[in-house]
Amino acid sequence: MNKRIQIITGHYGSGKTEFAVNLALRLAQEGKKTALADLDIVNPYFRSFEQAARLENAGIKVIVTSCGGVADIPALNPAVLSIFQDRSYTGVLDIGGDPIGARVLARFAPYLAKEEFDLLFVLNANRPETGTAEKALAYLRAIEFECKQKATGIVNNTHLCAQTTPEEVLKGAALAQELSEMTGLPTVYHAVHRRFVPALQGQLAEAVLPLEIYMKKPWEITNSEEEELLWQD
Amino acid sequence: MAKELWKGNEAIAEAAIRAGCKYFFGYPITPQNEIPEYLSLHLPQIGGCFLQAESEVAAINMIYGAAGCGKRVMTSSSSPGISLKQEGITYMCGAELPAVIVNMMRGGPGLGTIQPAQGDYYQATRGGGNGDYRHLVYAPATIQEAADYVQKAFDVADYYRNPVMILADGMIGQMMEAIEWREMPKRELPEKTWATTGTKGERKPNVINSLYIDPNLCADHNDRLAKKYAAMEENEVLFEEYNTENCEVLFVAYGTPSRIARAAIRQLEKEGIKAGLLRPITLWPFPSKALKAAADQASVKAVVDVELSMGQMIDDVKIALEGCKPVAFVGKAGGVVPTPAEVCAAAKAAIGR
Repeated sequence: MNKRIQIITGHYGSGKTEFAVNLALRLAQEGKKTALADLDIVNPYFRSFEQAARLENAGIKVIVTSCGGVADIPALNPAVLSIFQDRSYTGVLDIGGDPIGARVLARFAPYLAKEEFDLLFVLNANRPETGTAEKALAYLRAIEFECKQKATGIVNNTHLCAQTTPEEVLKGAALAQELSEMTGLPTVYHAVHRRFVPALQGQLAEAVLPLEIYMKKPWEITNSEEEELLWQD
Repeated sequence: MAKELWKGNEAIAEAAIRAGCKYFFGYPITPQNEIPEYLSLHLPQIGGCFLQAESEVAAINMIYGAAGCGKRVMTSSSSPGISLKQEGITYMCGAELPAVIVNMMRGGPGLGTIQPAQGDYYQATRGGGNGDYRHLVYAPATIQEAADYVQKAFDVADYYRNPVMILADGMIGQMMEAIEWREMPKRELPEKTWATTGTKGERKPNVINSLYIDPNLCADHNDRLAKKYAAMEENEVLFEEYNTENCEVLFVAYGTPSRIARAAIRQLEKEGIKAGLLRPITLWPFPSKALKAAADQASVKAVVDVELSMGQMIDDVKIALEGCKPVAFVGKAGGVVPTPAEVCAAAKAAIGR
């Protein structure tokens, strides 16, 4: 069962934002009154606020950092507090992609002390900084140190963008398992592109979150699935 | 080697280390910050030095100093920061110092925006500094190319004793792609006998300088530099052709717009229009001969230049074509990226469809 606050952390490029956007849409589909806060003060491009229109159409309240999110200013929108103060919301917090980015969470420590939350560590086995269990553990601990919170679960989001195969997902599942044994943290989801979900049926022990890819590069924006498969040039 | 997922800026930084760069001096600016960030962590681990300078001007002059000592050195910045480095770049060309300079372009003019753009083409290819100088400009279109060409750039810089620029739009710095680390072919490089490494009392001191106060000596210096630049034009031109044979529309684009052009080519194919792409990989020297040859095909009705600017490379396209075919332009400046559909529409308009 999801806690009221879902905090998404991990190394940039791991696919945190894609996961956060998909998770928020799923929570909304389940009928939850959902808010997504883009708290990324590290990455200037490929941000969840870029999907604001889609999210708002799905009834999700979108909160972005200062200047509509387009300036790289480490200032937080005070509207983020509404997620903590209005307990009718289920909140997804998309946190910037490294330990420094995770520091923004420390500002909400007094609120988090009174809250039930999940702090998910999004793991991509193909990212060199988190490619082994030892490196992933060091990264996880650095994030925990900076944000002054403990992670509660692991999300296997192993991919190679357009070159992803089901084998990549399984490789990530093995790494997540290893990290899970080292930390005692459960693997909460395997985030899997929806076209690989059938192929992986029965091969993943934990829950699967089927991913729709929203965070596209400009040349990937097409209208058909067939074209989507032609991305890689 | 297995593929890994790298962010462009990180890959550029790692490529520099793999090419033997041990020194980096720079000043932060979006969208290239992951380059200094990565090197600040990793250079000290290999006995190198990362230094955040007090400004871009200071950083480029530190590059001048380290290059003068014969060391492999890099700096990176984004558009407004590269403007500040122009004085240092002309001094380095004048003093014949090898180094790699990365410009991860953002929207301008002035402070502009942090979103991707290609508004620094003129500055990179014409030189924003004073005097008759040139330097190679590589324009990667993928993260794999960024990783490859950064490694190559160090060799080429040493080979010619001249700075080399990597010119990319911010998207290349910020996006993620699967890459494979591969070693680039190495050039045979002369020993750096000119470097200021200490005489040990055994030779006359080497002097690194761009000042030639006697006009005759300065003219000779310029003649010699011109010969070096001519050799680069002769030997270093790089480009890629995609689907150009018997095409009706010929796109010219570099960096990420070339990938938007490719998406447009696939769309046009569905509509029965054969389109091709000539992608300059070196912006200076520009692949003029190859472009002219591709455009000279009887099948080509129009050349369509695609840029994230208001039209800068288009001048080189027109010079190359010598008026042989009409040239149309599609592009946007200031951080907005045209869609494949907009590029298709421009191509159809150019051939009257």
